[in-house]
Amino acid sequence: MTQPHEALNFATVKIKNISIDQTAVVEKAARFQKRSIKKESKVWGLKLALNMIDLTTLEGKDTPAKVKQMCYKAQHLHDAYPDLPTVAAVCVYPSMVGFAKNEVKGTNIKVASVSTAFPAGQAPMSVKLDDTKFAVDQGADEIDMVISRGKFLQGEYNYVYDEIAKIKEACGKARLKVILETGELGTFDKVRKASDIAIQAGADFIKTSTGKIKPAATMPVTLVMLEAIRDHYYATGKMVGMKPAGGISNAKLALQYLVMLNETLGADWMNNKWFRFGASSLANDVILQLEKQRSGVYGSKDYISID
Amino acid sequence: MKKEHKLKLGKQSIWQYADAPESTSHIQIKKKYDLFIDGKWVKPESKKYFKTINPATEEVLSEVALAGKKDVDKAVKAARKAYRNVWSKLSGRERAKYIYRIARLLQERAREFSIIESMDGGKAIRESRDVDVPLAAAHFFYTAGWADKLEYAFPNRKVRPLGVAGQVIPWNFPLLMAAWKIAPALACGNTVVLKPAETTPLTALKLAELIQDAGLPEGVVNIVTGAGDTGAAIVNHDDIDKVAFTGSTAVGKLIQSSIVGTGKKLTLELGGKAANIIFEDAPIDQAVEGIINGIYFNQGHVCCAGSRLFVEEPVYKEVIRKLQDRIETLVVGNPLDKNTDIGAINSKEQLKTIENYIKIGKKEGAEFFQSACNVPKKGFWVRPTLFTEVAQSSKIVQEEIFGPVLAVQTFRSVDEVIQKANNTPYGLSAGVWTDKGSKIFNLTSKMRAGVVWANTYNKFDPASPFGGYKESGFGREGGLHGLRPYVRLN
Repeated sequence: MTQPHEALNFATVKIKNISIDQTAVVEKAARFQKRSIKKESKVWGLKLALNMIDLTTLEGKDTPAKVKQMCYKAQHLHDAYPDLPTVAAVCVYPSMVGFAKNEVKGTNIKVASVSTAFPAGQAPMSVKLDDTKFAVDQGADEIDMVISRGKFLQGEYNYVYDEIAKIKEACGKARLKVILETGELGTFDKVRKASDIAIQAGADFIKTSTGKIKPAATMPVTLVMLEAIRDHYYATGKMVGMKPAGGISNAKLALQYLVMLNETLGADWMNNKWFRFGASSLANDVILQLEKQRSGVYGSKDYISID
Repeated sequence: MKKEHKLKLGKQSIWQYADAPESTSHIQIKKKYDLFIDGKWVKPESKKYFKTINPATEEVLSEVALAGKKDVDKAVKAARKAYRNVWSKLSGRERAKYIYRIARLLQERAREFSIIESMDGGKAIRESRDVDVPLAAAHFFYTAGWADKLEYAFPNRKVRPLGVAGQVIPWNFPLLMAAWKIAPALACGNTVVLKPAETTPLTALKLAELIQDAGLPEGVVNIVTGAGDTGAAIVNHDDIDKVAFTGSTAVGKLIQSSIVGTGKKLTLELGGKAANIIFEDAPIDQAVEGIINGIYFNQGHVCCAGSRLFVEEPVYKEVIRKLQDRIETLVVGNPLDKNTDIGAINSKEQLKTIENYIKIGKKEGAEFFQSACNVPKKGFWVRPTLFTEVAQSSKIVQEEIFGPVLAVQTFRSVDEVIQKANNTPYGLSAGVWTDKGSKIFNLTSKMRAGVVWANTYNKFDPASPFGGYKESGFGREGGLHGLRPYVRLN
């Protein structure tokens, strides 16, 4: 469900400068890693993590056949394990949306498309809008846009705000995820500012990274963004989703992200409507861990498909 | 900030973590502990023993010897003999070897010490494992490094040891306080008679075993257990050259008056009622975490706890709301569980004290908030507690509670908050949270407190001196300053 967007003009919106203490954020994020998740709570967390994955392929060499294979995997993560959830969505380039949509028809799996000249975003506004409209017309349920980091770092906050607001409008019913590319922003203060701008401009989700730049998602940067979401919720009662993407490739780390989510935003966010993992290889490690919980021993990775 | 948008945290969470307790099967606690005097385990002359319990379960862990005057006299004699014949004659380099050995052994047995510390004292294993034990080892390491460099620590002075140090330590950081006391004394060439607190003697006794294993010459460290009378016997013993005490201000005053005119040297590290100050321009989310660390660390059994919170008015509501939400996520319970944030109150007596202050706070009309978490039926527990709408004149603002109870006031200007922060008989520590460096320096220079943390709280390092102003005591522990109370300079 999308929330109607009210203001299209940055000048009418006030973005407060929120200062972030980097050392303390890193320390706090590390504390979430000290929770011990075992037994039932681990299985519950692992299944939830699977169900939050945006299974992703974003490569120049993507073909309809590759996308088709990934979409099958999205629905059949590991049939040997009964009642396993599916992933939340598949995430592809706009040119692949039509194929993907066709493959996941009749399931709960959403099709997400990157847009706005992903990953660099260095294109004129008109191209970005066309890119987005094309993906929506092809049937994308969700749009993952990138912000213009260059403009943001120049201090052109109104440009960034208006850009997001326009793309949001072009999305229609599709939910909008706004990629900040935190690895290019430099400081947590700027991550926080970009988060606030994206949220104010109508983002349904804020997302850390394209996966093309390092560092991609980290726990501290995700915490800064979760706290921006929390402040917005405190002030307005409106929920915004969070998607860390890139670099989350093992189950243990995914569980630590969920601990952080659980203790920062709480139960209402603990589902794939409000939290996603952007990842290509996370699912298989989660499956490996679930099998380990079930059988007591680690199985070979050869038993798990790699689509 | 409308209140109705509530986050579902803590008890309302849909994801409850499974229990993750540390195993105690490999832990060796003797049924009975004698006194550690002259390198040997000696039965007390009194033939009396007292029980030490696990405050989280109220189960008896062990029986510990009650040292009387005669026992203390034996210990002091052993310490004097060791001082005269062995320890004062060793070179600094040789002394350092022994202290390094203690540090290394402590690191090797860190897990065992952490678990026993949590069993005997009630503190969360997360803290004993990550703070108490590593920091205790670090203190031995750091101070060992000074042992052969004392002439550089005090340039152009002749450095000599004092003799026998009588040391009495509290129950909030049993092993760490033992390290703070023993390490500098030994490094500077003194010998030691140490008394751990009666509710938490076990890690000090385990440390005695470790000291035996380290092959320290007999009598250099003597550990005698008991209550207040034993402590008094040490303090008042004629042949003690130096008294070091960490504990309550009331007892500190007693000690000070009892040794007047004896020529004994004294350091006191006493109570506190620290101000933790949050400015409008502070990084609020991180400050909230700092407030939590400041007051709920070790169940608030911390002399430097940030127990008086001052929040600048424009951000008051935001801070309180965030603080309450954060409090809901704190896990209170079994200290040995790795997920526990807040463990058990150290003793029944302390529990009564804290409960009484909570009663007083309510009676004084303060707004009361407590986490909704469940606490175990057995054992001593206090949920993390918050009092707002208090004033400088409230009792819970003026007196040290030594528990997880925070009293919150608002302020309007820098001058006002400095005045209020200093308006206390104590002066051990303070915290200040702001994005502005100049404000930090302005405040730290005007704060009458031994330690002032900026944009952090409760951070300790062996290289950094620690100690108080006013009724929080005198003398410094840790760092170069921490050596000074254990040497005679010519």
